[in-house]
Amino acid sequence: MSQSTIESLLALLPLYPLVSFVLLISFAKRLSWHLAASISVGAMVLSAISSFTLVQSLSVEVPVLSTHLWAWFTLSANEQINISFYLDGLAAVMICVVTGIGLLIHIFAAAYMKEDANFTRFMAYMNLFIVAMLILVLADNLVLLYLGWEGVGLCSFLLIGFWHHERANALAARKAFIITRVGDTAMAIGLFMIFKEIGQLTIADVNESARALWIIGDSQPYWIALLLLGGAVGKSAQLPLQTWLPDAMAGPTPVSALIHAATMVTAGVYLIARMHPLFLLAPEVMTYVAWIGALTLLLAGIAALTQTDIKRVLAYSTMSQIGYMMLSLGAGAFSAGVFHLMTHAFFKALLFLTAGAIILALHHQQNLFKMGGLLKRLPLEATLFSIGLVCLMALPGSSGFFSKEAIIAQIFSSTTAGPLLWLCAIVGALITSIYSCRLFFLAFMGKARFETSLHPSSSKLLKLSLIALAILSLVGGAFTNILALSLAPVFALAPVMKILNEPAWLHSVAIATPFVGILFSWFYFAKYRAPGDEKLSENTSGLARFCQQGLGFDRVYSWLFIKPYCALAQLNRKDIFDQLMMLNAWYVSLWHDVLVSSQNGKIRWYAAAIGLATLLLLLVLLLTVNIGEVSMGVSL
Amino acid sequence: MSITFVMCSLLVAGGLAWFVEEVKANSARYLALFSVLAIGAYFALSLVFTSQSVNYNQLHLLERLSWIKSLHIEYALAIDYLSIVLVSLTLFLALICILVSWHEIKEKVGFYYFNLLASIAGIIGVFTAVDMFLFFFFWEVMLLPMTALIAIWGHENKHFAAIKFFIFTQVSSLLMLVAIIAMAAVHFKQTGQLSFFYQDWLALNLPLSLAQYLMLGFFIAFAVKLPSVPVHSWLPDAHTQAPTAGSVLLAGVLLKTGAYGLIRFVLHLFPEASLNFAPFAATLGVVSILYGAKMAFAQHDFKRLVAYSSISHMGFVMLALFSFNAIAYQGAVLTIVAHGLSSAALFSLAGMIYSRIHSRNLTHMGGFWQSAPRMGGFALAFAAAAFGLPGLANFVAEFLSLVGAFQVYPLLTMFAALGLIGSAIYGMVLFQNSFQGEASPPKSLFKDLSTRELLVCSALLSLLIVIGFYPNLVLTFFQAKAITLAANNLIGAVQ
Repeated sequence: MSQSTIESLLALLPLYPLVSFVLLISFAKRLSWHLAASISVGAMVLSAISSFTLVQSLSVEVPVLSTHLWAWFTLSANEQINISFYLDGLAAVMICVVTGIGLLIHIFAAAYMKEDANFTRFMAYMNLFIVAMLILVLADNLVLLYLGWEGVGLCSFLLIGFWHHERANALAARKAFIITRVGDTAMAIGLFMIFKEIGQLTIADVNESARALWIIGDSQPYWIALLLLGGAVGKSAQLPLQTWLPDAMAGPTPVSALIHAATMVTAGVYLIARMHPLFLLAPEVMTYVAWIGALTLLLAGIAALTQTDIKRVLAYSTMSQIGYMMLSLGAGAFSAGVFHLMTHAFFKALLFLTAGAIILALHHQQNLFKMGGLLKRLPLEATLFSIGLVCLMALPGSSGFFSKEAIIAQIFSSTTAGPLLWLCAIVGALITSIYSCRLFFLAFMGKARFETSLHPSSSKLLKLSLIALAILSLVGGAFTNILALSLAPVFALAPVMKILNEPAWLHSVAIATPFVGILFSWFYFAKYRAPGDEKLSENTSGLARFCQQGLGFDRVYSWLFIKPYCALAQLNRKDIFDQLMMLNAWYVSLWHDVLVSSQNGKIRWYAAAIGLATLLLLLVLLLTVNIGEVSMGVSL
Repeated sequence: MSITFVMCSLLVAGGLAWFVEEVKANSARYLALFSVLAIGAYFALSLVFTSQSVNYNQLHLLERLSWIKSLHIEYALAIDYLSIVLVSLTLFLALICILVSWHEIKEKVGFYYFNLLASIAGIIGVFTAVDMFLFFFFWEVMLLPMTALIAIWGHENKHFAAIKFFIFTQVSSLLMLVAIIAMAAVHFKQTGQLSFFYQDWLALNLPLSLAQYLMLGFFIAFAVKLPSVPVHSWLPDAHTQAPTAGSVLLAGVLLKTGAYGLIRFVLHLFPEASLNFAPFAATLGVVSILYGAKMAFAQHDFKRLVAYSSISHMGFVMLALFSFNAIAYQGAVLTIVAHGLSSAALFSLAGMIYSRIHSRNLTHMGGFWQSAPRMGGFALAFAAAAFGLPGLANFVAEFLSLVGAFQVYPLLTMFAALGLIGSAIYGMVLFQNSFQGEASPPKSLFKDLSTRELLVCSALLSLLIVIGFYPNLVLTFFQAKAITLAANNLIGAVQ
């Protein structure tokens, strides 16, 4: 294919879902299910085909493709912000994930949401999300990236609150939007600072100039990286802005799979990977990234241990897996982080969608304690789900194994991470396997605890997409080499790990950990898998509840931010400045009242007033005359 | 091109509308609509024809006639790109105003359109007058019909709001009048001749001590109009009580006369004094951004919420202008346009909701999306514009303002950026309380957009999107200008 064809293919990539969005939104309910589904899925097919074609055309000789659409605005004589796309190895991985997984999830969603009254609107939002996500990934400058960044945030808001007639869903949507906006604001300030210090906002230029201008340890890259990290933390649901993700599960399940597992939440990882030359100039921030990742993965893992809602377990698990990606980035293992991003997209989408199929079969029952014994009743779903869990636990051979091992292997010797963080990652892996087993036992083993009859979907589309994802999850590890090849030029600056004093048992420990977890759960959660009639109940101790609520962050934030802000708003609802201004009016009307009341038509009042006033005048006259005489006397 | 013709025909059209309504009911609105369309077409065409021969980067004098000879007061009009953009915005919003009043106004219809058009004529005069006495004259002309619009066709508390609006602007413009007379006197002292002509004043050499006081006189008048905290409190009342078109006009263009005044007079006539004053003004801007956002969140009244959000957005203009930075200046101009469109859109929406449920109270709303999906889509887009979603005009405007201001006041700008969070919060409250949630009026009662309303909404939205993705439509005119402004001020004042 000629260069210009390739470039126009790149330019058109976000256009297909955009056209589909416009069509679906304008015709809305006038479209039949078949038509709406074919338009939205068809657009995704086009996008997916073109992204694979584009990725094919990248090679060692042509490591980067770019296309210029139009000039957006001008910042200074030598910096113009363009609507331009830039495709390198990293963006290539991302567009494949976004369009590929996106296509499968669209297919699933078309079947899953078929009965919904607002089906077209749902598919339209999904398409719009893909548009924004593609812009985010392909943006050649940070402002355009920010456009995509906010765009996915808006779509996330719309889709979390898709069933907004229930207040809880609308509130969850609001929470997600506002908390991520906090991060976005930090990121925006980061952009202002980049422009102030470097005078550029085009990503490649910024990265290049940063290395030319600063040396490691300068304060400017430190602050800039920290601010960008703020944005990444918000979008990727990492500490301390992680609280929105579990609530975001209020959205329909395909949304959770697409936005809150496979694509949008990894945008923070993408941002850091994209700006890694800048982060490499601030090793302290790299360490912060690693610590944020490690703490999040532990915290989310602990929270996942006590969840009762199947989707919330998966949400915390997502948070924890993104923690791994962050940890990997912080350790300087960028390729491994991006690799885990990809495999995680496969298996977490699979887990979410299968969970969706199970929830659908159980008439929207999401409580794990109301499931049980599904292994025999829903064998296909159970098999698919276990494939996902195997990948999540990173059992040898699965895709998760390759990527997670790649991460853990590099933490120990990294200069910005180290043994302690390595330990966190191992403990995290242990917790992961424990909550995975708990989930599996509760849902699939033991006695059936649901009252209703099962209604597994017979839709072929649904099964097709699930099986495709399962295959990807199983063989995803095979992409290692392709990925390494395409990412190598992008991360040319990444530090080379010097493996010096690593003890020999490191790898064995990492491989053995999930099995230890399984063994532990086999006995510890024995009653969950027991087929007997024993009544199962949730652990309601204070500690368990505390973990279930995400370790109390919501409450702290509510006391620290929400309540003061609302109280302030409540207190000053009348606007203090207005009241001050209205004092004037009050003062004037006070005099008005006084003077009006003096004019009361009673003759004796008037007579008294005249008398008093005359007396007063005389007194004043007398005094002034006297003073005048005295002063005249003095001057004489 | 003749701005005089534009203003006169607006007045004549207003008078005719008043007259024909007496003759035949419902004819005033058609007359008003078509005359504004015709006038807009005239304005656009004459711009196209003159754009080759005239350089609108500088003020281009259109008319200069003697008016009051003894005092050397003249009738002088001039336009540059700033005026052109603002006049175009005014004419565009005039159409929107007429369309949103279509069914809303039921009494004294003819007089209503007269007031509307007279107010618009006055606003156009403000944007083009270059004789300061004439400017002051137009400043008052636009005020009176505006007050009448609020006082006669407003909501439940209209008299109070109208009086408050009137007193606030009168008191502040009194200060400006004093400053204008003082400037004329200074001119007399320096050249031996009285002059109210703007370009004569530009040539004056003012001592800084005097300039500071005179600058303050103008500044306060424009800050009240903008409005900026702490002199903003006329605005929530006026916006809330005004009829829909009144709110659209107030938010869309009347506030912009304040911003225009700051650019044209404060910054140009008193560059040094403004530079000295800049940190204070920029702080006021930031306080307005945050305070407005916080107050907007506290409101239960749809229109009041939007009114406070306007205060927040105008804070960006203040901050950007007093940053003396070329990028921020572009941001300020674009904010003027973008906010003109987005606030007009939100107020129109408020009017549409009011016409259906006869309430502006957000706690009485909810679930409109189910029965009115089109309206919901537009509401979302307009709320998104208000909280600065990229892709809509407001984002580029705010981004430019903040990027520019950050070069000069990093710390202040960081606080200003917190306004992004504040705007998200009130935007969410506004949208979710009205359109999401449980449907509160029965479904059948809440109708989706009519064709006329659809026209209003889509016209506003398409402009917001077009400017959002192609802001150079507006910005190309201001790049050269911005740089000279910033350079003049900085170099002139610092060296």
